[in-house]
Amino acid sequence: MEYEAFIGLEVHVQVRTQSKIFTSVGVGFGCEPNTLTDPVVLGFPGALPVLNKEAVEKSIKVGMLLQSTISEVTKWDRKNYFYPDSPKNYQISQFDQPICEGGKVEIELPGPSRNVMGEHKWIELTRAHLEEDVGKLNHFDNDSLVDYNRAGTPLLEIVTEPVLRTPDEAWAYLNALRMLMVYGDISDCDMEKGQMRCDANVSVRPVGQEDLGVKVEIKNMNSISGVRNALVYEIERQIQTLKGGGSLVQETRGWDASKNVTYHMRFKEESHDYRYFPDPDLMPVRIDEDWRGRISATIPERPYDRQRRYYDDFKLPFTITSVLIPDPGLCEFFEEAAEACNKPQQVANWIVNNLLSELGNDGLSLSESKITSAHIAGLVKLIEEGVISKNIAKEEVFGEMFTSGEMPAAIVEAKGLKQSNDTGELEPICQKVIDANPGPVEEILCGNEKAINFLKGQVMKATRGKANPALVDQMLKALIDKKG
Amino acid sequence: MPDNLHFKTVTDLQSLLAGGEISSVELCRELIDRKEAVDSKIQAFNSLDAENVLANAEASDQRRANGELRGPLDGIPIGLKDVIAVSGSPLTCSSRMLENFVPPYDATVSRKLKEAGAIPFGRLNMDEFAMGSSTENSAFNTTFNPWSSDRVAGGSSGGSAAAVSAGSVPVSLGSDTGGSIRQPASFCGVVGMKPTYGRVSRFGLVAYASSLDQIGPFGRSVADVAQVLQSIAGHDPKDSTSIEKAVPGYPEILQNPIGPWKLGVPKEYFEEGLDPEVKACIQKAIDWYADQGCEIQEIQMPNMDLAIAVYYIIATAEASSNLARYDGVRYSHRSEQSEDAIDLYFKSRAEGFGEEVKRRIILGTYVLSSGYYDAYYLRAQKIRTLIREDFMKAYESVDALLTPTSPFVSFRAGEKNEDPLAMYLSDIFTISANLAGIPGISVPCGFNSENLPIGLQILGKPFGESDLLAIANSFEQAHDFSSQHPDL
Repeated sequence: MEYEAFIGLEVHVQVRTQSKIFTSVGVGFGCEPNTLTDPVVLGFPGALPVLNKEAVEKSIKVGMLLQSTISEVTKWDRKNYFYPDSPKNYQISQFDQPICEGGKVEIELPGPSRNVMGEHKWIELTRAHLEEDVGKLNHFDNDSLVDYNRAGTPLLEIVTEPVLRTPDEAWAYLNALRMLMVYGDISDCDMEKGQMRCDANVSVRPVGQEDLGVKVEIKNMNSISGVRNALVYEIERQIQTLKGGGSLVQETRGWDASKNVTYHMRFKEESHDYRYFPDPDLMPVRIDEDWRGRISATIPERPYDRQRRYYDDFKLPFTITSVLIPDPGLCEFFEEAAEACNKPQQVANWIVNNLLSELGNDGLSLSESKITSAHIAGLVKLIEEGVISKNIAKEEVFGEMFTSGEMPAAIVEAKGLKQSNDTGELEPICQKVIDANPGPVEEILCGNEKAINFLKGQVMKATRGKANPALVDQMLKALIDKKG
Repeated sequence: MPDNLHFKTVTDLQSLLAGGEISSVELCRELIDRKEAVDSKIQAFNSLDAENVLANAEASDQRRANGELRGPLDGIPIGLKDVIAVSGSPLTCSSRMLENFVPPYDATVSRKLKEAGAIPFGRLNMDEFAMGSSTENSAFNTTFNPWSSDRVAGGSSGGSAAAVSAGSVPVSLGSDTGGSIRQPASFCGVVGMKPTYGRVSRFGLVAYASSLDQIGPFGRSVADVAQVLQSIAGHDPKDSTSIEKAVPGYPEILQNPIGPWKLGVPKEYFEEGLDPEVKACIQKAIDWYADQGCEIQEIQMPNMDLAIAVYYIIATAEASSNLARYDGVRYSHRSEQSEDAIDLYFKSRAEGFGEEVKRRIILGTYVLSSGYYDAYYLRAQKIRTLIREDFMKAYESVDALLTPTSPFVSFRAGEKNEDPLAMYLSDIFTISANLAGIPGISVPCGFNSENLPIGLQILGKPFGESDLLAIANSFEQAHDFSSQHPDL
């Protein structure tokens, strides 16, 4: 019997804001424990929450990026449960009127090979709601300590419908979601820093069965590939259980990345009754047309829309766009340089093939380097105008430009790298090379046109690379023809 | 020094201070002595930091000498219910749970009072976490009624009412969730006001039931209550439920009251359960208003009989969540016996909370539970809306309502302890104002045959505090009930 899987993901994304969601204390990662706290964060008696407008605004922005319906009125509810990382033993969250309802995310599946684009699909969302993050427990041999620095960080929970069908789709969804968050300046979604967290619900059923199978929730996955690995394991476990005549129970399982297995945590009956009710300390929030309009004006082009535009307008291949698209800063850099020299493909090649590897070698980010879009545009222009050859640009100019930050034209000038187009100067050199290499000349005359490259190389060598290669090619052919 | 300084009103004290007849230090010394003399009998205070009080009084006298007074309340001592945070002072809520808790922050009302130069004077006893109607639920002491020391002061702000009545402090703050200011004011023969929900910031008020709690003043005159309200009212950016609405000049309104008023008498408040002596006394007050030319109308409050049930669903639901933070992990009582985290919760809460608090947490947890929410909490919210609509409908034809504050006078300590329902009924006339969010005031209107005080409750429109103060003041001015003091 064939089985098919259905996966739903619940993703928590920390929304980057100046201060916490219900008080003016700042947010941060890696600070001295319990320094990002105040009476509100610690849930001291009498302390009251005051909503951070920026957190709502950014959540609306996320909703727009996810093409959700933004609620006209959204409200706050208390989710009641006892746990030492929760200072009030309730979490302020949203129950029945989340900021964002519905929505969809475009994903790109892995292609048949690294250089080939995979299929694109849309993943439907259920909702996205805003809540406060909790603190962090640190367990030791004899006791546990709690750090409330993270408590009160705005957290957006984004929930998909159970429509993902494979671990690869889940992987692609998380990548696509991360790109959207980076594009919207919402979060870097670094799972290791807890900026993005993911729980998965997964069930399998025999192909042809109408009802979904028994749902199992998986927790404790600490990376995007961890989610994929956990799903691969869990789907196989469920199928094998059913094939072996066993049955599945609704449960929560944890992912053990070191053993590569999921393990039982608790059954459904042991789950909390959260006793949600509207938080009487906070008023509902009305999101009017005007506010929506102002936020919608800040929504950037989505990643895969940009990918399509790069292909349609610039004919950029997947090998290039797959590098550019995930990094909106790099895309802007590319667009500026392309606009300045009107040679998008060349600019893209320089960025992907040269700039990124130099950055990688030096461990720098684009903004930390001395290279601006004007440098790349200038370099491409010099090549296109025939001032320098591509080789000279690569060998003599780029490295210097990267190290010193000098503009390429100035480097060419200072090093005297300007390409020679002077036929009067080149002709004797070409003649000399032809005379000195009768073998290759003979080959050319016999029809092996490729042999000209050897002669070209000799001319370039003699001119220290400064000769215009196209011109040399032309001249050599003319001289050999004359000879023949 | 003038005689009976401890029974002077704030208004009197202000002119004595202004005239240089007394200093704030002298006044505070006198009150510290008074508290020493009478409080062993009344037990209104949980604590009093005399040194700190005198230091503040000295600073106030200095400001007076320098002509740098901060406002009319500068140098005036004010007692605070032990549920309102004052930075560096204990904040026990009369609970073992917070016995050793000292907040590092001021409640907004405490900050405002300090900025006005008023002197925080003692932490006043209450029912634990403001849950109760007699201050017998305090984990530390029962507060007794200054008019009869075997009777209760009422609650939950019993300490705030009794301290003012006993002359230990001229004015105080309490909090009112279902009648916790008005009912003890009525039992102790003082004036007590619950403002409109949102009129006074709740920041720094330890939450019992967030959608019902409101801080308000006690005093020995309506004018004193007006002055304190003036200094604590107004929008607070730290409390999202406080309302941005200009605060009128309350004391000024008393100078030029606008009357006669149209006054409603809800007939449901005068039916069974009302003590005949209380009933007669309230009727006399109503007749007095009629004699002054006020139009008296009978009003219907058809949902009034549901108020107690609705209250004990909404208040306990909110309380079950508000009190969850007292778990032994951070600042609250922590059991020494616990074996693991879950056990720490169980034992710390079992040891830290008293019986009534536990009862309400359990009730609130139940009504919010999956499968019961719609039948209890949601339904209660709907009836709450109906109760509010009853009031709004009444206010289409009248300016305010006249009712008894409590169906009976102060009862004997221990009398209702074993019967929570009987205790809950003592708030039957006050609770619906909290559900509707409207303001109410209790003003002394007479004594029963045993010389126990009776209070008249006046309920007003949202943000109609000015009307209530004026209506109460006109009655007070024509009678001498407020100026009678217990013999201690």
